[in-house]
Amino acid sequence: MVIEFDNNQPIYLQIMNYIKGEIITGKLKPGDKIPSVRELAAELQINPNTVQRTFQELERETIVETRRGMGRYVTGREETILTIKKEMAQDVLDRFIRGMQELGFQGEDILAAVAENIHQRDQE
Amino acid sequence: MDELLEVQGVTKKFGSKQALGNVSFTLGAGRITGLLGSNGSGKSTLMKLIAGLAQPGSGRISVLGVPIGVESRKLVSFMPDVPVTESWMNVGDALKFQRDFYPDFDQAKAQRMLDFMNLRVQDKVRTLSKGMNERLQLTLALSRRARLYMLDEPIGGVDPVARTKILNALMEFYEEDSSILISTHLVNDIERIFDEVIFLKNGEIVLQREVEELRLERGKSIDELFREVFAEC
Repeated sequence: MVIEFDNNQPIYLQIMNYIKGEIITGKLKPGDKIPSVRELAAELQINPNTVQRTFQELERETIVETRRGMGRYVTGREETILTIKKEMAQDVLDRFIRGMQELGFQGEDILAAVAENIHQRDQE
Repeated sequence: MDELLEVQGVTKKFGSKQALGNVSFTLGAGRITGLLGSNGSGKSTLMKLIAGLAQPGSGRISVLGVPIGVESRKLVSFMPDVPVTESWMNVGDALKFQRDFYPDFDQAKAQRMLDFMNLRVQDKVRTLSKGMNERLQLTLALSRRARLYMLDEPIGGVDPVARTKILNALMEFYEEDSSILISTHLVNDIERIFDEVIFLKNGEIVLQREVEELRLERGKSIDELFREVFAEC
């Protein structure tokens, strides 16, 4: 696992997002085993408690399941994966809209710009 | 008793110069804490007091409830900022010395660490580079079975490659039920391994917080906060 960390943001959130991304893009598949706290902390050179917190949050969001004495696995629940996808799409949209607003675009203008861009792409 | 280390109202003067002024804090078990401060802020002095190598002017320090003294030294492994080895030694001698001094020295772990560090027992301490010497000092400190490890500037003055190696070794050989207190003024390279940080400025604690909380709250790295707090030093 290679993550370019941004020290300005909580590290556990960055690892969570990375793992979610790996699941959505299919690099991590339902039922795949994920590394232990120890392994991941050593590999990423980060605090073990930070990794522990990442896994706890992922469990809370039912993205990761613990099987007693076996380790942690990526969930097989379709709806959870769909939820992550929606959440991440929401983040992308939020960032995009904020950026457009900073450039002076508002509601209808943003919609028009998106529609035009998609239209152009379709024609190419 | 939940606290691993308890420091209560500790002061220390050198002549008329105050090195530490009314320092109080506690550390929990199983945590890695960064003791951050510029040169001369009192980091080394504080560590020496905790290690029992010097006496505070006033105040109390205890480790797992044991006041600092002969008994507490069994619980604390200290890597000072100057090498504990002698120049005539080779790496094997250094290990043997440490083993004779401390009954809790784990020979098997030391050997694993030497391999990891690319150190050989026949290497002369005198001919080791700064980076290799730091690796040796870290090996000596972490090979004891202690509850609190104190590392004074473990990455000071070594190149980025050696730094990475030292951080790797720390994560690889760290016992999770013990705690580590690491002093440094090089925050950027090491901040991701901390649970919490203590900022020590002019012998006083100006901040003790969880690093992830600080990042969430301020949207800044610990390195950036450090530069702000110590800007006028």
